[in-house]
Amino acid sequence: MAVVETEKMVRVGLNGDEAVARAVKHAKVDVIAAYPITPQTIIVERLSEFVHDGELDAEFVPVESEHSALSAALGASLAGARVFTATASQGLALMYEMLYVVSTFRAPVVMALANRAFSAPINIHCSHDDAYAARDAGWIQYFAENVQEAYDLTLIAYRTAEDTRVLLPAIVNLDAFILTHCVEPLYIWKEEFVEEFLPPRKPVNIIDYDNPVTYGPLALPDYYMKIKRQQYEAVKNAEPVIREVLKEYSEWSGRYYAPVRGYRVEDADYVFVVLGSTAGTMRRVIDAWREKGRKVGVLSITLYRPFPVKEVTEILEGKKAVAVMDRSHTYGGPGAQLYLDIAATLYDARDRPRLLNVIYGLGGRDFTPADADEAYQALMDPSIKEIWVSLGR
Amino acid sequence: MSNWPKDWREIPMAGIIDAPGNSMEYKTGTWRALRPVVNQEKCIKCLMCWAYCPDMAIIRHEDDSISINYDYCKGCGICANECPVKAIEMVEEV
Repeated sequence: MAVVETEKMVRVGLNGDEAVARAVKHAKVDVIAAYPITPQTIIVERLSEFVHDGELDAEFVPVESEHSALSAALGASLAGARVFTATASQGLALMYEMLYVVSTFRAPVVMALANRAFSAPINIHCSHDDAYAARDAGWIQYFAENVQEAYDLTLIAYRTAEDTRVLLPAIVNLDAFILTHCVEPLYIWKEEFVEEFLPPRKPVNIIDYDNPVTYGPLALPDYYMKIKRQQYEAVKNAEPVIREVLKEYSEWSGRYYAPVRGYRVEDADYVFVVLGSTAGTMRRVIDAWREKGRKVGVLSITLYRPFPVKEVTEILEGKKAVAVMDRSHTYGGPGAQLYLDIAATLYDARDRPRLLNVIYGLGGRDFTPADADEAYQALMDPSIKEIWVSLGR
Repeated sequence: MSNWPKDWREIPMAGIIDAPGNSMEYKTGTWRALRPVVNQEKCIKCLMCWAYCPDMAIIRHEDDSISINYDYCKGCGICANECPVKAIEMVEEV
């Protein structure tokens, strides 16, 4: 029987949204500015209840749109608050303009993104369109594989975002419904111990009457590129700090976190690369395949931005072939989004594997062991470059 | 020309302006493609250029003669256009 309580943790059953809301409460945020949207709604509902019931001493700003949600979050963050927002799909699309402002202003806002397909056709289920849409906005992005990770990565997101060597906003991605609405057992911290890992924020350059600063002045060709260069370096330099914090959290919690997670990859000839909840599915499938003698492993990406080029290269170079699984597409590009990252990463590898792009699960379409087998068969055929599984050839 | 940092590493984080009231330090004269040059012999000290300049870049002297503040003149050419005696010529910046 599983341990239900340790000195610092309790074992509970929660869905992904509830788990994120608990993590935000445990992070003792000062301001929540969010607009409810399926499948993130439970996060916002629960946080509003925590605030109303006096369990969380925070300002809850019931904004009228997602553009306003992120704008309010930005203002609060620049004033020195620890801030949370959450959205999905169309909501992220409406935040789009502000995404770039938040990251350029180096405001360590944390956002939960319940990955949901973009319209049209309108759909409420999982695709990674929204996460990929935020890809180039200069945010740190984590992908949770299960409810435990959604909880843990939310705490990790605050710690890394607010680190004065980083100061960047962070997104925690969790798959629509598969994680947001499925109840799973997980360990959560007893609230009084969370500060051991996540002390209160120490803000810099805050909006302050006594020491005024100007955020967002015009920067023309003479300064714009210099400021963007600085931002680029900031995201690049965040990577070693994130690696260090993931290690610290692993030691503190006893749960393993790293930028990527390789499963049975050491002796594998073939590797499937995945984001989010499909990692768990693929591990089960691969265990079964191993019984049949298929030498396959799975590489799941926990840290999507900044992209862990080093770890990905180390695991994938020298393999015979790699299947890159995408829950979206670039429509007309030379591959879908994760595929492009992997292809670009491996271009400089010593021994470059053959690549297959597996498009799966759009709009919440189930990804079954039979679909995985279809992808495996395609991976064995060097003439196939891309496959949309479960739709027939 | 400007006192502002040249190297991208020296710019305050997030491109903030970390002190108030310092816009004078931002020298907009670098935007100029054409430079106004005053012919003092033709000038009749009417001050039309001084009145029309949108950037207050015409310096008015004690005797109402004028010169150009090239730190802020953006080279729009309004002064040359308004001058009734064609005493201001716009020449290419090189």
